[in-house]
Amino acid sequence: MRCSSLVLTLLSLAVFSVAGVSGPRWGGELRISIHSEPRSLNPSLVDDDPGETYRYLTGGVLVRVNRVTQELEPELAASWTAEEAGRAIVFHLRQGVCFSDGTPFSAEDVAYTMQVLTQPGLHSPTGDTFRVGSRPVRASVIDKHTVKILFPEPAADAARLFDQVAILSKQSPLKENAVLGPFRLAEHKPGAYIRLERNPNYWKTEGGRRLPYLDAVRLEIQQNREIELLRFERGELDLLSGIDPQQFDRVAANSKLWSRDVGPSLEGELMWFNMRPSAPLPDFEKRWFSSRNFRLAISHAIRRDDLSRIVYRGHAQAGIGPFSPANRFWFDTKLAAHQFDLHLAQELLAGAGFRKEGAMLKDSGGHAVEFSILTNSGNRSRERAAAMIQEDLAALGMRINVVTQDFPALIQRITQNFQYEACLLGLINVDLDPDSQMNIWLSSAADHPWNPNQPAPATAWEAEIDRLMQAQATSLDRGKRKADFDRVQEIVWDQAPMLYLVNTDALVAASPRLRNLSPSVLRPQLLWNIDQLYFEGSK
Amino acid sequence: MRRAAAALLILAFLAAAMANFLAPYPYSEQFRDLPDASASRSHLLGTDELGRDRFSRLLYGARLSLLMAPAAALLSVGLAILIALAGVVAGPWWEHGTRAVANLFLSMPWIFLLLVARSLMPLNTAPAAVGVITFALLGLLGWAEPSRVMVAAATRYLRSDFALMAQASGCGRLRLAVVHLVPNLVPLAMAQFLIATPTFLLAEANLALLGLGVPEPLPSWGSLLRELESLGAISANVWTLAPAVLLLLVVSCFHLAVSSDKCVL
Repeated sequence: MRCSSLVLTLLSLAVFSVAGVSGPRWGGELRISIHSEPRSLNPSLVDDDPGETYRYLTGGVLVRVNRVTQELEPELAASWTAEEAGRAIVFHLRQGVCFSDGTPFSAEDVAYTMQVLTQPGLHSPTGDTFRVGSRPVRASVIDKHTVKILFPEPAADAARLFDQVAILSKQSPLKENAVLGPFRLAEHKPGAYIRLERNPNYWKTEGGRRLPYLDAVRLEIQQNREIELLRFERGELDLLSGIDPQQFDRVAANSKLWSRDVGPSLEGELMWFNMRPSAPLPDFEKRWFSSRNFRLAISHAIRRDDLSRIVYRGHAQAGIGPFSPANRFWFDTKLAAHQFDLHLAQELLAGAGFRKEGAMLKDSGGHAVEFSILTNSGNRSRERAAAMIQEDLAALGMRINVVTQDFPALIQRITQNFQYEACLLGLINVDLDPDSQMNIWLSSAADHPWNPNQPAPATAWEAEIDRLMQAQATSLDRGKRKADFDRVQEIVWDQAPMLYLVNTDALVAASPRLRNLSPSVLRPQLLWNIDQLYFEGSK
Repeated sequence: MRRAAAALLILAFLAAAMANFLAPYPYSEQFRDLPDASASRSHLLGTDELGRDRFSRLLYGARLSLLMAPAAALLSVGLAILIALAGVVAGPWWEHGTRAVANLFLSMPWIFLLLVARSLMPLNTAPAAVGVITFALLGLLGWAEPSRVMVAAATRYLRSDFALMAQASGCGRLRLAVVHLVPNLVPLAMAQFLIATPTFLLAEANLALLGLGVPEPLPSWGSLLRELESLGAISANVWTLAPAVLLLLVVSCFHLAVSSDKCVL
């Protein structure tokens, strides 16, 4: 009897322990880092990477792009239909959903969110992606759980845009702090960290319990990537994405850590010149930067292969245009990267009136060609790339000054006071569809890098890009959209307002205890299924 | 020991001054087929991550750091002497006033002023000018520490027998300060100079580690130390430690010289 009860006890213990390790574990705090303070926690005003991360973790959206299959999936909208020949989308919302503070979610909230996003004075980057024609997008409440979004012109694949739209509460006194995403804001120490706790009213469930599995996410503000890596290696951070290639090689060599080169991403490093007419720059510099020959000459003088090989240790490809070849449908296969050709660069410069006097290149007015390349401090890859471009352009007789500034100061310069000459940064593609780049390409958009918020297109080719982007956004014919966006890519390739340097590989690493990871080349590469992530064992 | 330290310092200064002749390559030349190379006959200390000769960059970096750090020290100690002599002329209230201001000044986080000044510089400021301005700012902000020492010494000398005798003989305060006190303050100023120089060397290195030191491609010892940010790079190539070793050596030599001077004083 004793023996059999012992066997039974051992057997039940064994069954219990097997069950304990086989299923997902609930609880624990995921610690990740962001590289600067988000400029805004208001989801309508997000325009930087840390802000995007915060919005993704807290914001509830009507539909979500699955970052692996790249297909659209229902979230707060249980279903949707396109109506009125592509001029409207009707979303049928889930019922019984509440915001994190308990306020019920309804169609009124969706209409209110769209109204906020499209306020002309707000200059919301997310709102810019909805610009189709001159008239605004409107939302009309059909009933408590049905809302119709009306576009002034037919909008192709417009439902994908709602992947970025975090729904705001119209009724809640907490305003944007009342959220529908898996986490809500618990604590924010500016400059130090943001702590998110599970949203007790999150609508997704698993086995009768509300997701997410994790109790909390802590976003540590950590500008220095080397310290970030050290903290990851020590187990103080649980995952890294967008890793520096040199650091990735180091992580990959450590068998105790999990790491992946997911392949070419949609992200790239690029450089552009300040072409804003009102910028506080000398007139002759403005003439340089607005010269197509000048921009193309610089593009042809840059050795992109060296950048990929040396700075990115082979984890990158020469940049071609707005989309990398990883975006199989939208990438224009007729284009190739601007090849290094010093002779062609010199011919282009001579054609624009530049000549070499001694070691220095001078313009037709006798001004020596000297300008600065601004980039953010703390990103060693970018700083090294700038130093290599500096050396490349010295071969043309240009004197380049590399200037590094902290990110907020840099953003201030490129978006507000325009006190810069050239800027080297990375642009983040969060979607495969060119509609998501309306805020970049429309000359009137706030994020149009080289000359934002233009009242009317400053050049004929920018007007052409505006027209093509509007046309592809309103066409329901996928083939025509592709042809229009191909033409945009060709204009950008030909005019070189932005010099695409490299497309980096998506490099990620995580704690080996983290489960359900499904890395993607799309951002957020490891966090896109945050409500499914859990730690093996107790944490 | 003092002689050895002095000899090493002289050697370092000579090497820095003759960087143009001693460096085998220009400091900005990139050997792109040889990034992160180990030491070899053609590259004595290997190459950095962009393939630049580390030995050449170390020499050119020494030129900037070893010339500008003493210049900044000279500036701060010169200001301290002026403040001390002004106290002799102005009277005891000056001593109390400067001591209070110096204490207040030392309690302020001046690193932020340096960061702001760096970000406010025109974008096209030449790298060498950025280096000079950075060290000049360090020198201007470094007056407080030596001034406390110098003011105290001047006050002490003012009460000594030779100063009282000079005043009894009708010597004015200005003459007393310039003719009689300055020669007595010089050894102390020398010690302060030797203390301040390595402090400014390290301050520039700290700014460089924040990415706000001397810009590319001009090397300074501070900017060369940025290679040490990456543990992987150090373990893969120990020659990245060369700038740190040289900085340590030079700072130690300065401190050895000061210790000996203190004994002499």
